[in-house]
Amino acid sequence: MLRWFPENISTFGGDIDGVFALIYYVVGFWFLLTEGVLFYFIFRYRRRPGQPARYVRGERLTEVAWVLVPAAIVLMLDLGIDAASGPVWARVKEQQPPGGVDVRATGKQFNWEFTYPGPDGKFDTPDDLTMDNELHVPVGQNVHVVLRSKDVIHSFFIPNVRLKQDVLPGRTIKAWFNATKTGTYEIACAELCGFGHYNMRGFLTVHSADDYQRWVHEHWPAAATANAGAPAEQNG
Amino acid sequence: MQAVADAHHAHGEPSSFWRRYVFSVDHKVIGKQYMSLSLFMALIGGLTAYLIRWQLAFPETPVPGFGFVPEPTMYEGVVPPEFYNALITMHGTVMIFFVAMPFLLGAFGNFLIPLMVGAPDMAFPRLNMMSFWTLCSASTLLVASFFVPGGAAAAGWTGYAPLSADALFTGVNWGLNLWLLALALEFASFLMGGVNFLTTAINMRAPGLTLTRLPLMVWMQLTAAVLFMLSVGPLVGGAVMLLFDRTIGTAFFQPARGGDALLWQHLFWFFGHPEVYVVMLPGFGVLLEVFPVFTRKPIFAYRTIIGATIATGILSFVVWAHHMFVSGIDPRLSMPFSITTILISVPFAIMIFSMVASLWGGSIIFATPMLFALGFLATFTIGGVTGIFLGSATVDIYLHGTYFVVSHFHYTLFPSVFLGGFAGLYFWYPKMFGRMLNETLGKIHFWITVVAFNGVFIPLFLAGAAGNMRRVYNPMQYDFLKHLAPIHQFATVATIVLLIGQIPFIINFFWSMFAGAKASDNPWNANTLEWATTSPPPHGNFEHVPTVYRDPYEYSPPGAAKDWVPQYAPTA
Repeated sequence: MLRWFPENISTFGGDIDGVFALIYYVVGFWFLLTEGVLFYFIFRYRRRPGQPARYVRGERLTEVAWVLVPAAIVLMLDLGIDAASGPVWARVKEQQPPGGVDVRATGKQFNWEFTYPGPDGKFDTPDDLTMDNELHVPVGQNVHVVLRSKDVIHSFFIPNVRLKQDVLPGRTIKAWFNATKTGTYEIACAELCGFGHYNMRGFLTVHSADDYQRWVHEHWPAAATANAGAPAEQNG
Repeated sequence: MQAVADAHHAHGEPSSFWRRYVFSVDHKVIGKQYMSLSLFMALIGGLTAYLIRWQLAFPETPVPGFGFVPEPTMYEGVVPPEFYNALITMHGTVMIFFVAMPFLLGAFGNFLIPLMVGAPDMAFPRLNMMSFWTLCSASTLLVASFFVPGGAAAAGWTGYAPLSADALFTGVNWGLNLWLLALALEFASFLMGGVNFLTTAINMRAPGLTLTRLPLMVWMQLTAAVLFMLSVGPLVGGAVMLLFDRTIGTAFFQPARGGDALLWQHLFWFFGHPEVYVVMLPGFGVLLEVFPVFTRKPIFAYRTIIGATIATGILSFVVWAHHMFVSGIDPRLSMPFSITTILISVPFAIMIFSMVASLWGGSIIFATPMLFALGFLATFTIGGVTGIFLGSATVDIYLHGTYFVVSHFHYTLFPSVFLGGFAGLYFWYPKMFGRMLNETLGKIHFWITVVAFNGVFIPLFLAGAAGNMRRVYNPMQYDFLKHLAPIHQFATVATIVLLIGQIPFIINFFWSMFAGAKASDNPWNANTLEWATTSPPPHGNFEHVPTVYRDPYEYSPPGAAKDWVPQYAPTA
């Protein structure tokens, strides 16, 4: 089923897909086993003349073990899945790696507003740049997105980045990602937000380092003076 | 309590048409009323599914057969985005609250609990009548909401605030108010029903019918009633608060005026997750009644199943935030909820394995009820295992709000409600109406239903894996989803087949009522008490209160003359 996933272009996306694959094989095994036994029993124990049913109540421990032992194995595998899942979740959602570029994303019926801090590197100053539905980031750098909403709940979803985060009015939520491949990718709203929800589409453009400088130079106000590279400082 | 019931019985059978068939206090009539209402609402739910699926497969083209709907609801048969949002909202609301619950709890709970425990009626017959008519009013309000200016509610069946909290955001005013009123009345109705279910099953059991001799269907109905009654309170409060936000200017859920956007989700899902089991457990109950009869052997691990059911019920109260992993709750909260959610697989595994084990060494008869029950088990398993993906908070980052979720919950609910429900309907129809359903039509109905259902939702798992968001009017707006057009078209064709596949059932249902073969009192050679009386049972159910001597599933016991020994057969 993984081959139906859109191409992953983020540093953590591979880990998320990895947990998906782990669960896929674990539950796939149990699914095939359960269905296999089910259909074998259906076939094997169909009514046949002269073969009465066996009176088995499954109340003795030796009998019920046939159910409880597999269930105990399921429990172990559950804990294994949790153990594999937890660190990835923590990395994506609980931590904010330092460095990189900052951007604000504000959801409103039915657009994504992206605000860049401008040459001074600070928000809420006159040189901020706001664009509708266009998110430009440099490749290989941490991108910190501050999510807000002006009206209802939206959900900031970049399928290729494996990032999804609801955007709540009245709260400020931080998300981050680090794109590994240049190109243009789609941003979607993944939470019903009204009649225009289906068309609340944005674009993520991942630039190479040079391209990003060029884009900053062309678009950011105040002609992107000497310190145009400031927001694009390198980090390891 | 027995005295109360006898006193009611002593009232005798009402003679007027109205008291007998409309405002009846007889649990059997009320059960049939619930069934009729839920099947009628299922038609509406099915039609909304057809409209939704058509739009997804052939966006913005006229839906065949719907050219008559006036503007601004539809435009010469084309579904506009506003109406699409109303359709998905109403589909969910209708199917969960006005089909699943009335069918599995309302119809089967009402009809079966008194019969299975050997009681003449429910403990509170008038309350029972009131609960049905409250639900009927709720259904009327909900259907009426399609026709008010602005159309029906369009904020999703989950009604997330603040989208739902102010008419400004969706353009729907009265439609959403009526939706909230309908929900509040529906909850009130099932609270009354729950009181009756509990009291009847606990206090009015026939002599000898101990709790560990109770048919599993009654156990499931009891557990479902308890789960519902314990979880619904916060949502009733939430619904009233939301109605106040919309009508008298409060701002519980509106951050712009000091409210909170996540509060509604907590109130909704604190109820919403146990609700899943409220719907699912009675479906399992049907399966657990049907299996022993058509395998001619006891259910495997009766007590263990009861234990697993109760464990599931308890766990279901501490998993609700798995609907909210990426909602903006503190991310540190997600892993604990992820662990509890995935843990639910353990009691479920116990139940599923026990059901499979119940087939071992059986003598399986493939009558229509058994086919539906087996289809239920085989398809439900897909719903079960796909829940693990979504229970993992990490994977849910990507899959949340996609068609993967849509397929997953349809794979849990459709088998429970429709495959389980039909298994029960084919199984108990003779007891309800005194006639048998036609087996050939039943088998045609089964095969079309089960194949077409899988045809709808297997492809949609792939759409979900590809990232296709749910509740999106036209997914083809997105370049990364364009390649999914054939998948959506396939699922839509399968939906149409699924809907057409219900025609044999509708014919069978009405034709058999008048022309079906007469049913004997116990056509399936079953053991539980509902088969101890006539088909259909008289007013008051039993001529004499039956006495119970044994466990419910004594099929093929060693040394018995026949392969079944009813609960009411005296010990030698």
